[in-house]
Amino acid sequence: MNEGTAPKGLVDRLLALNAWVVYIFFYAPIVLLIFFSFNANENVAIWTEPSFRWYGEMFQNHNVTSALRVSLIVAFFSTIVSTVLGTMLAIALERFRFRGRGALDGLAYLPIIIPDVTMAVMLLIFFFQAFGIVDDLFGISLSNGLPTITLAHIAFSISFVAVVVRARLTQLDGSLEEAAADLYAGRWQTFRRVTLPLIAPGVAGGALLALTLSLDDVVVTQFVSGSGATTLPVYVFGLVRRGVTPLINAVSTVMLVASMVLVGISLGFQRGAEARGQKLADAEALRLEMATD
Amino acid sequence: MTTAPVTPELERAAIRAESRRGFLVSLPAAVYLVVFFVIPLILVLVYSFATRSSTGLTVLEGWNLESYQRLFTDDAVVQIFIRSFSLALVTTVICLLFAYPFAFYIATRTPRVRNVLLIFVMIPFWSNFLVRTYAWRVILGSDGPISQLSQSMGGEPIRLLFTNTAVLIGLVYGFMPFMVLPLYAALERMDWSLVEAARDLYADGWTAFRKVTLPLSMPGVVAGSILVFIPALGAYVTPALLGGAKTVLMGDYIVSQFLAARNWPFGSALSFAVMFVMLLATVFYFRAGAKTL
Repeated sequence: MNEGTAPKGLVDRLLALNAWVVYIFFYAPIVLLIFFSFNANENVAIWTEPSFRWYGEMFQNHNVTSALRVSLIVAFFSTIVSTVLGTMLAIALERFRFRGRGALDGLAYLPIIIPDVTMAVMLLIFFFQAFGIVDDLFGISLSNGLPTITLAHIAFSISFVAVVVRARLTQLDGSLEEAAADLYAGRWQTFRRVTLPLIAPGVAGGALLALTLSLDDVVVTQFVSGSGATTLPVYVFGLVRRGVTPLINAVSTVMLVASMVLVGISLGFQRGAEARGQKLADAEALRLEMATD
Repeated sequence: MTTAPVTPELERAAIRAESRRGFLVSLPAAVYLVVFFVIPLILVLVYSFATRSSTGLTVLEGWNLESYQRLFTDDAVVQIFIRSFSLALVTTVICLLFAYPFAFYIATRTPRVRNVLLIFVMIPFWSNFLVRTYAWRVILGSDGPISQLSQSMGGEPIRLLFTNTAVLIGLVYGFMPFMVLPLYAALERMDWSLVEAARDLYADGWTAFRKVTLPLSMPGVVAGSILVFIPALGAYVTPALLGGAKTVLMGDYIVSQFLAARNWPFGSALSFAVMFVMLLATVFYFRAGAKTL
């Protein structure tokens, strides 16, 4: 395959050199950041001695822990809702023909294309207007906080989940689903026993993407968070703008390690789920076939 | 089970039922996107024609085109737009120059090596963007490693932070994985036997690359370029953390219109202008993709 036409000699060595340069570029800043987070010195970039001082301070810092709590709550709800809605959207667009499908297809891509900043502006104005109307009609004054952050995160995550699940759905040619239908499996039965196990890796991938997007977002959250509730990235962003401190290094390292653990889980899960999902669906198709024979 | 003869009425009824089911499955996501995406988008458009009162409040009457006029007549705005556009373009070119040989190197390894190399691209891709940008703030700072190295060699302290160069480094670092992955996907998918055929017909390595590999990988080049250019043009976190007052880009300029200057109509018009450029880029992308695929 590819190896047969691989470049040889000097060209290959230059390519390898370029690859090393890119990898060093990718990892040097990350390694440096983790290294300095274990530095006892107040000054970020001057190494004195190793210590866990900043990690201790981080967990005693009330602002950090409460921001972390908000981040986790928002990410939890946003991931669940956007995964369910995104998966349903993907199935509707890939497996059904219905009126308004074309328009919905276009609309589903827009939140991905639109820049973060525009999305943030849109939701800021939207919540401002909506709260104004609620105040006029019912005399209840609402303000931005944890619920608005969650609603905003769902709004930009649905499309990403839908794209990932759709990619998985197009890979399946639908023959197993047709086979199940031919064998008198009902629509719901076919979905639960054949389609769902097969698209499980896609759904899991979509959910992890939604989780990452929610945990990483700064711009949109900054616009829709109130004085009461801020997420960890927004809190860190505010700190960083004022200057670099060893405490931020420690918080950053924790955030970095968390996202690396998520990648690890995602890679492991995707491999396992792919094999398991295929086996499950095959077995289910076979069982249906035998039951009707 | 008995089978009834399929009449045109039955068939139409079946199509209607199918259409209704598809509509119902898509409904929750569709409603969510209309409420939290389409309506907010329309609101931004409405705001961009509104008037700003002397106290900074938006008055939803006296509709006018002033905000849009200012986009073209205000020198500061034009400068910011040109700066954002050229920085995004330079970022895309630099990413392409390093990512192409990098993706080529990965694609020409054995499958096992390829997977390991890819995982090490995925890790920074999924890692927290804010944290990865923050790391450069430490590195480029006046007491950071680069400056220290220069001083230890008897040079002047180098202060790269808050310059265009710093923003450029941050953008390339942040968006490079977006370039690598589509390039790799295109190169991996490619039919490499065509390259072999070219070599069999006495094309030298360079000619085979220029006449076969490069044209066949063009979809990846286009996809990667768009995926880097679009977020780079609307970037907010990178210029906010690594740039200074003289390196304001579109993204942080828009944010400042909402959070500092309190000129919502002008900010809305700016958001729309940026979105328009991005939609153009996306249309171009699909056109180019359709032609080459």
